[in-house]
Amino acid sequence: MITTSLHKRESELANSNRQLEILSNGIFKSGDLPKFSAKIAETNQFPLKAKKLEVLQINVGYMCNQVCEHCHVDAGPDRKEIMTKETMMQCLEVIKKTGAHTLDLTGGAPEMNPNFRWFVDEASKVGIKDFIVRSNLTIIKSNKKFADLPEFFKSHNVHVVSSMPHWTKGKTDKQRGTGVFDQSIQALKELNAIGYGMPNSSLRLDLVYNPSGAFLPGNQSALERDFKKALLEDFNIHFHNLFAITNLPISRFLDYLIASDNYEDYMYSLVEAYNPTAVKNVMCTNTLSVSWDGKLYDCDFNQMLELPVNSKAKHISEYNEDLLHNRDIVISQHCYGCTAGAGSSCQGSVA
Amino acid sequence: MQKTYYDPADLKKFGKISDWNQELGKKFFDYYAKVFEEGALSEREKSLIALAVAHTIQCPYCIDAYTGDGLQRGITKEEMMEALHVAAAIRGGASLVHGVQMMNKVNKLDM
Repeated sequence: MITTSLHKRESELANSNRQLEILSNGIFKSGDLPKFSAKIAETNQFPLKAKKLEVLQINVGYMCNQVCEHCHVDAGPDRKEIMTKETMMQCLEVIKKTGAHTLDLTGGAPEMNPNFRWFVDEASKVGIKDFIVRSNLTIIKSNKKFADLPEFFKSHNVHVVSSMPHWTKGKTDKQRGTGVFDQSIQALKELNAIGYGMPNSSLRLDLVYNPSGAFLPGNQSALERDFKKALLEDFNIHFHNLFAITNLPISRFLDYLIASDNYEDYMYSLVEAYNPTAVKNVMCTNTLSVSWDGKLYDCDFNQMLELPVNSKAKHISEYNEDLLHNRDIVISQHCYGCTAGAGSSCQGSVA
Repeated sequence: MQKTYYDPADLKKFGKISDWNQELGKKFFDYYAKVFEEGALSEREKSLIALAVAHTIQCPYCIDAYTGDGLQRGITKEEMMEALHVAAAIRGGASLVHGVQMMNKVNKLDM
């Protein structure tokens, strides 16, 4: 079980350029597999273009209480990249004028940003339709100062989206760390107790499923059925929807794929499962990702690969929806992760 | 010609069997796809049956395919191993139940 980030370990894969090199060399350079640009060109979908902005996703920092094996952020307790209050204020200006219907706060563990509560408080006053916080559940149980988070979320009508890789302890702890399953179950019970995730409740609680290894997620609705049945029977836990998300071959998951000799087979399985219908709805076409330092990206994955938006507006302080609209999306071979099978996005399947 | 009987990469070429007989190949793959659709049994149950049968017929391609399929469906390693023991029990039982035939023969021939 890993306990530190790639950055802390000074791994070569902490370098985004090295990751991009790996994703462009080998089987893609030799032509054994087509590059993503060539693949989407087959169906006249190159270049991918940004459509109307619907989701503004803000990453408030890479610090996290967990060190998950598959984390594309390379998050962990040793990461010090934290959004400042000044950048948050710039974000708030954008939230006030954006046409996006969804505000999506992510991290790391977003709650570990010292100004998180102030930011949620201010952002919730704007009245955006869907206000998501991606909470890893264990943060609620990690320290007394986070114990009232469920009530805090409720008082701001926050839509909670939480990771849960499996309904069994073994598979969950293997991916996310020893003790994560029990703490997550406890946190889910607390959320249920105040109304989150209960049938017909307006307090939304959705779960995110990432495969715990070098395989793609199965059918989202079948997995949701299995999760619901198991969590209800075993723990009397309710939730609303399950989002099945494919692990993208970057950062720690790329490190795992290479170390376990699964990289090539995994890339083959992504390319073989390529679905042009998923390309139409891929999240980068309706999402904008803001990093902890205010830079703009097409998605959270491009943020981690340090591939900025292809637009004159590159920072939240220069934000201009007209300039960003219809921009060419920046792509590489990791994008196959969002177009495999039923597709994948931060909101789950897209096709 | 390859030097071994089995190559994992050949699994990806399974569909090519239709190249030499389109009609029967298509009928087989249509049938195959239909068999694994949700019916009276769930897709999950069918995947576990396939995994057990794969071990019974000792098909390395099928073992690869249905281990991966099971993981995608969230099937746990404990469930997979139990399914294998069902296959092994039936296989072992199939040998041993013939012991009755052996016993009958001995009882007939032996004084």
